[in-house]
Amino acid sequence: MKVDWSSFWPQIVEATGQTITMVVATLIFGSIIGITIGLLLFVTRENNILENRFLFQLLNFIINIIRPIPFIIFLVAISQLTRLVVGTTIGTAAAIFPMTIVASFTIARVVENNLVSIDPGVIEAAQAMGASPLRIIFTVLIPEALGPLILGLTFVSVSLIDFSAVAGTVGGGGLGHIAMTYGYQRFDGSVMLVTVLILIVMVQLAQWIGNTLSKWIMRR
Amino acid sequence: MIEFKNVSKTFRSGQKKVEAVKNVSLSIDQGDIFGIIGFSGAGKSTLLRLVNMLERPDSGAVHIQGIDIQKLSAKELRKRRQRIGMIFQNFNLFNARTVAGNVGYPLKLAGIPKKEREKKVTELLQFVGLADKAKDFPDQLSGGQKQRVGIARALATSPDILICDEATSALDPDTTADILKLLKQVNQDFGVTILLITHEMHVIQSICNKVAVMEAGEVIETGNVFNTFTNPQHVTTQKFIRSVQQDLPSKSILEKWKANGGKKLYRIIFQGDITNQPILSTTTRKHHVDFNIVYGSVRELQERLFGNLLISFTGDDSHIKQVLKELKTIVKIEEVDDYESGLV
Repeated sequence: MKVDWSSFWPQIVEATGQTITMVVATLIFGSIIGITIGLLLFVTRENNILENRFLFQLLNFIINIIRPIPFIIFLVAISQLTRLVVGTTIGTAAAIFPMTIVASFTIARVVENNLVSIDPGVIEAAQAMGASPLRIIFTVLIPEALGPLILGLTFVSVSLIDFSAVAGTVGGGGLGHIAMTYGYQRFDGSVMLVTVLILIVMVQLAQWIGNTLSKWIMRR
Repeated sequence: MIEFKNVSKTFRSGQKKVEAVKNVSLSIDQGDIFGIIGFSGAGKSTLLRLVNMLERPDSGAVHIQGIDIQKLSAKELRKRRQRIGMIFQNFNLFNARTVAGNVGYPLKLAGIPKKEREKKVTELLQFVGLADKAKDFPDQLSGGQKQRVGIARALATSPDILICDEATSALDPDTTADILKLLKQVNQDFGVTILLITHEMHVIQSICNKVAVMEAGEVIETGNVFNTFTNPQHVTTQKFIRSVQQDLPSKSILEKWKANGGKKLYRIIFQGDITNQPILSTTTRKHHVDFNIVYGSVRELQERLFGNLLISFTGDDSHIKQVLKELKTIVKIEEVDDYESGLV
């Protein structure tokens, strides 16, 4: 069965919109939570400005538990929680919830890794000048790590496009859903090609935005 | 100004215990440029960090202007730290901020309004000779320029104390000399008391008025630089001093000297005003003895002259004895034995 393209284009446009919504919303929520956790993870490390063994180990433990679970399994595994929080397990909003959880912990690791690469001497210098821990977080840690941090977030966005497609196959909508129902189940290669092309363009665009932004911030 | 009272600090990592600072007592006076010298691992860096409580002592106390800074609350300590400038071996500049941004940062912390801040930053950059680099980022600067920014940043809040953590160790000799000159100027122009640590004796020699020698966590010798240089007590101190002023020719020259029937060598040490008098020539002439200067130097240290000469005498043995006896009453004189010259 061939697709009627004149009526199908609006569907593609809508699906693209859904995918972008999922990715952008997840990136925003995930960044807020992830950067917070990443900063906490870094400052509570041994010998750091707010050393706290318990908190560090707890956060580290949670991240190490969630990150290795394949996304499609995680998505299904927490569906009861998703229903509780969002009210449904189907649709774009329902996909954003599990995506945000996974993205948060991934971003937390990315943030922590970028912060670790800051020269500890710079933090010591700020302490010696009388900066408080909170002040150091906002005026030293974040600005010093911002360039590489944006590249890290770009990397995460690209995997979120991937996640959104996975969520689409189990009722999340978006391009993943289109590719699954029309391209895979109805064996329509042209639909598959169009969705793949759109996804490629989105990934390229995300990477380009990230590179430009980080280059502008690092001024190099 | 700064007083260490029996401070000790031990680091533990697992089973390993490192006593970085052992029962150190030191007193640094207002206006001093006080140098702490030691090989790496001697504990000087830990001692320095006790001044602004980047490290806390396990026992003992650190008093600054009579106040036990360990007893300050976190907030009070941060306030006090604003009056203790610190510069580092690796400069530790904020790479995400411009030169002006780096220098202005401590002023921002102190809550200085923007206009005043900008004025102060301009003044400081002029003082360190980097007025034209205000908008540059640290990675565009040379090592010496980075340290100048470090100094300007450390001086921004008009501190009364400046602590320097191996501030010239990452710099080439010419740049080191420039930075040392700048530090001396900071001390003289602003009356800032400077406490520095180094492993290079020439740093102590060129700017410090007082010195403490550290080894294995302990201060083994301390005093004013002139006395320590001219009369070092401890073997380690002597080693450091030899690193900047050779007081003995090389072994091959000494061997040749001996093989050619060279006479006994005596070391004469002159200090201060005595260098103005012709004591050697008057004493030897009186006893009809000739002298020959084999090796040595006269140098300036802390605005005083200090001479260290290796001399041999020719003449009647009993006369030479008389000469030595008389010289001993005026200057320090000792026989250079084969052990010291490494010929045994």
